[in-house]
Amino acid sequence: MPGDFLEFEKDIEELERLIAELENPQRREQARAEGIDLDQRIGQLRLELDQVREKRYRNLNAWEKTLVSRHKARPYTLDYLRLAFDDYIELSGDRLGGNDEAIVGGLARIEGRPVVVIGQQKARDLRERQRRNFGMARAEGFRKALRLAKMAEKFRRPLISFVDTAGAAADLPAEERGVSEAIARNLREFSVLATPVVAVIIGEGGSGGALGMAVADRVLMLEHAIYSVISPEGCAAILWYDKGRAHEAAESLKLTAQCARDLGVVDEVLPEPLGGAHRDPPAMANTLRAALVRQLHALSQAEPGTLVEERYQRLRSAGVWREAESPVSG
Amino acid sequence: MARSGWFGRRGRAPDTMESVPEGIATKCAACGQILFARDFERNLKVCTRCGHHHRLNARERLALTVDPDTFVETDANLTSADPLGFPEYLEKQQRARANTGLNEAVVTGYAAIEGHRLVIAVADFGFMGGSMGSVVGEKVARAMERGTAERLPVVSFTASGGARMQEGLLALAQMAKTAAAAARLDRAGVPYISVLTDPTTGGVFASYAALGDIVLAEPGAVVGFAGRRVANQEMGGRLPDNFQTSEFQWEHGMVDRIVPRKEMRHTLAYLLGHLSGETSHAR
Repeated sequence: MPGDFLEFEKDIEELERLIAELENPQRREQARAEGIDLDQRIGQLRLELDQVREKRYRNLNAWEKTLVSRHKARPYTLDYLRLAFDDYIELSGDRLGGNDEAIVGGLARIEGRPVVVIGQQKARDLRERQRRNFGMARAEGFRKALRLAKMAEKFRRPLISFVDTAGAAADLPAEERGVSEAIARNLREFSVLATPVVAVIIGEGGSGGALGMAVADRVLMLEHAIYSVISPEGCAAILWYDKGRAHEAAESLKLTAQCARDLGVVDEVLPEPLGGAHRDPPAMANTLRAALVRQLHALSQAEPGTLVEERYQRLRSAGVWREAESPVSG
Repeated sequence: MARSGWFGRRGRAPDTMESVPEGIATKCAACGQILFARDFERNLKVCTRCGHHHRLNARERLALTVDPDTFVETDANLTSADPLGFPEYLEKQQRARANTGLNEAVVTGYAAIEGHRLVIAVADFGFMGGSMGSVVGEKVARAMERGTAERLPVVSFTASGGARMQEGLLALAQMAKTAAAAARLDRAGVPYISVLTDPTTGGVFASYAALGDIVLAEPGAVVGFAGRRVANQEMGGRLPDNFQTSEFQWEHGMVDRIVPRKEMRHTLAYLLGHLSGETSHAR
């Protein structure tokens, strides 16, 4: 809940505690009897809180953003479906033998426009977390997403994909049912989907499991979300044999929304409410809705063939390399 | 990172033969058998006792796969930059170039296998674990585009730990790039055969390596998504012995055939003949 403070929010926590204390009815009664104006004091503290929060959140480093992106009160896919869309009906199953609840999807409308939505779904309480495998999809999830993507193409609906996962599942059932193949197939098939596709990194964009839902015409990313080839902990463990150096790895990996935009992988960064999306989910949903509607409007002007060609060029142009005029070695 | 050292770079001499001069004998990385180098080479670096397939570098792989004097390398002039300014990345590249004599972790070009002309991409695990950064992704995509444009079948040999983390998101994006190029090849109806060799994991297995019309694998190769160590933690140590091997992937429908090294060349030629629509010769 918003009351859960992150390790870099000590001063914010202290201020909130102070305000809550002053707002205690007994305390107010007592103050009034003594002729002290608490309202003014509370007002001052609130102002101070906003300033501290703004300063802190304007300068989050990569590791702090990692923590924000994983905050358990952060809105998930289904929260945005509820807050930013007119309606939504969930559809299930990959038609191959499974229904992976780490990925949800179905038909929805956004400002009147019918769309197909898919998204990775984390959960808050333990039972639901287990049911959704902590948002880490297996092959069935990626195949369900592909099935719904094909449905979007068939009925000429834009596809919206929400990305929020630490990564794809890496356990025995995932491997047995071909999670790698399922991700690879999504990458291939999404690249030629003849309908507009918009992906939004709303929280954690973890590696291949995120990319398997993020091949799109436009990739949007929330201000404090992360998108990375490997988790900072995993990177630190491999490079330095020390998970404790995850904050260094987070910096090196350039996993913030701002870096992703500079690298050309992300098109637009959506500003979050002060203190992060979890402090004001409806406000975040409004920003998201406006951006989605704008992007869908622009994309729906293009012919499907043009879209697919432009998407290919977009995917094709990713990367940085040197190309010597003549072969350096033969 | 490597599961075991690869032949020719093992530092320690076999325990039982402290004094064996380098180049005369070697020890099987799987069963420990001492093998005479000549026999080992003649057997294509497959252990004559246990059949373990030792890793090959890209040059060795090409030499025993394509017809002599048919290989024409493409895009050898592509080298990596350091787009993230990642710690020690440039040094690692330099070391990899010095150790392998290659510019990057994949070698691509035109070649023929038993007369079948094709485009080939061969990974080299010795170059930063065969990891896929911008250059590997670009070379593989270009190879597939050549296959699409010239209607030449594409064969890839993969050997990779996955995406190259030193290139961050740009490495991740190569998965989508190679898969998009594979989509064009697929839609053009041009055959693509993917051969998984030890090891093929992570972002390479989860992109172009898994997308062959036909997927072959060498016996005993490590083939999987995340590392066995990660999966083992998830499963509390209850993993089958063959977890994340070629054989495991075959059992679960991810691989068409396990092909021993000495049969690979002929198997590829045979499949290419079929896929290119050759009619059979009357006997």
